[in-house]
Amino acid sequence: MRKERKIRVLIAKPGLDSHDRGAKVVARALRDAGMEVIYTGLRQTPQQIVETALQEDVDVIGLSILSGAHKTLFPRIMRLLREQDLTDVMVFAGGIIPEEDVVKMKKLGIKEIFGPGTTTETIIRYVLDNLPRRS
Amino acid sequence: MTKTEELAKGVLAGNRRSVARAITTIENNDPEAQELVARIYAHTGKAHIIGLTGAGGAGKSTLIEKIVKEYRRRGRTVGVVAVDPTSPFTGGAFLGDRIRMQELCTDEGVFIRSMATRNYAGGIARATKDAVKVLDAAGKDVVIVETVGAGQSEVEIIKVAQTIVVVHAPGLGDEIQAIKAGVMEIADIFVVNKADRENANKAVIDIQSNLQMNNKEIPWKPPVLKTIALTGEGILELVDKIQEHRCFLEGDLECRRVSLRTKAEAELIDAIRERVTGSLIEELKKEGKFDALVHEIMERKTDPTSAAEKLLKKAVRDAEA
Repeated sequence: MRKERKIRVLIAKPGLDSHDRGAKVVARALRDAGMEVIYTGLRQTPQQIVETALQEDVDVIGLSILSGAHKTLFPRIMRLLREQDLTDVMVFAGGIIPEEDVVKMKKLGIKEIFGPGTTTETIIRYVLDNLPRRS
Repeated sequence: MTKTEELAKGVLAGNRRSVARAITTIENNDPEAQELVARIYAHTGKAHIIGLTGAGGAGKSTLIEKIVKEYRRRGRTVGVVAVDPTSPFTGGAFLGDRIRMQELCTDEGVFIRSMATRNYAGGIARATKDAVKVLDAAGKDVVIVETVGAGQSEVEIIKVAQTIVVVHAPGLGDEIQAIKAGVMEIADIFVVNKADRENANKAVIDIQSNLQMNNKEIPWKPPVLKTIALTGEGILELVDKIQEHRCFLEGDLECRRVSLRTKAEAELIDAIRERVTGSLIEELKKEGKFDALVHEIMERKTDPTSAAEKLLKKAVRDAEA
């Protein structure tokens, strides 16, 4: 029988921020690149995001944030992922994240951060090239 | 213990991570999938499986959120499999049913899984029925399957669910739509959602008058209920009706036996079809004759049925030799 492996991606909107045009554009682009994209909708807590990633068994999480609360929310998300042993999930982020925070966020384990102006091709390429291997 | 044994053990213990991995294994058709299903199969058959179907935008996902909340209030654990379509062009999918149910996601008694059809026809995915078995084996009391937004003939759900709820919304069609075969025939319960909208009563009457045209004696007459999923109005009555149908199925032994038999038969036929055609096509492709015939069809030198006939005759000869 044919194997039908698909890349599953969770696009999540943590915290109190109502702008999800960017998240939807990225979700749509990844869909058109042949991936299965689950979108959480707006205003998600770190618990909701991590629990969704667990139930949906995703390979990749994309966090979209424009509220400025990344320094509070991202560490919580990364901690919960570790607690749930979801360490083989690749996490990237996008939105408005100041230059001086990028290094800090990457130290938390967020693989890449995409600011305004990033093309969808760049993101698709990045996901394909950095897909975590599954045991 | 092998990896698959361990996974099966995790599922039976209700471990959420194992349940998630097991469903992925089945969806991807991994080599371990078959053994996994075989290992949990004896532990299935306990959950009440409910199918929700109906047109896109009728309010299925929002209704499910409210139904799950009501079941949780009644102390039941619930699994949800929500199916959305795969793109026929790119193979990708946008799975958005979950957005309406995110409030439920941190409740430990609930497990929600989004699933793409991966181009399986009939309103569900190939993996849906085995994913339901995983949730059943994991101890969920109720498993709800949401089909893709279904129009008229997506009726595969009858092979999976025991109770089928067909969801309508006002303004989607007149009495001519209600009289058509297909989805309208499979309902155990009809719901007219968005009942605060104009024409809700008209939709109820259209469905009811169609049901009255049925002059066969049927043991269960599908009720037509009104709901407003957003406010939760009518949900209590809907869950009561679903439970009533469950009791009806359990009480009417003959009905239950027939329904179990029909499902078992359909599942066996599907499994045979998948195995036989899958391996046969692989074999035929190896021989090279397949490609030649594809070209002949493209050039209109032969038609697909005659070509299939030609290939299969040879395959049968080979098998007999």
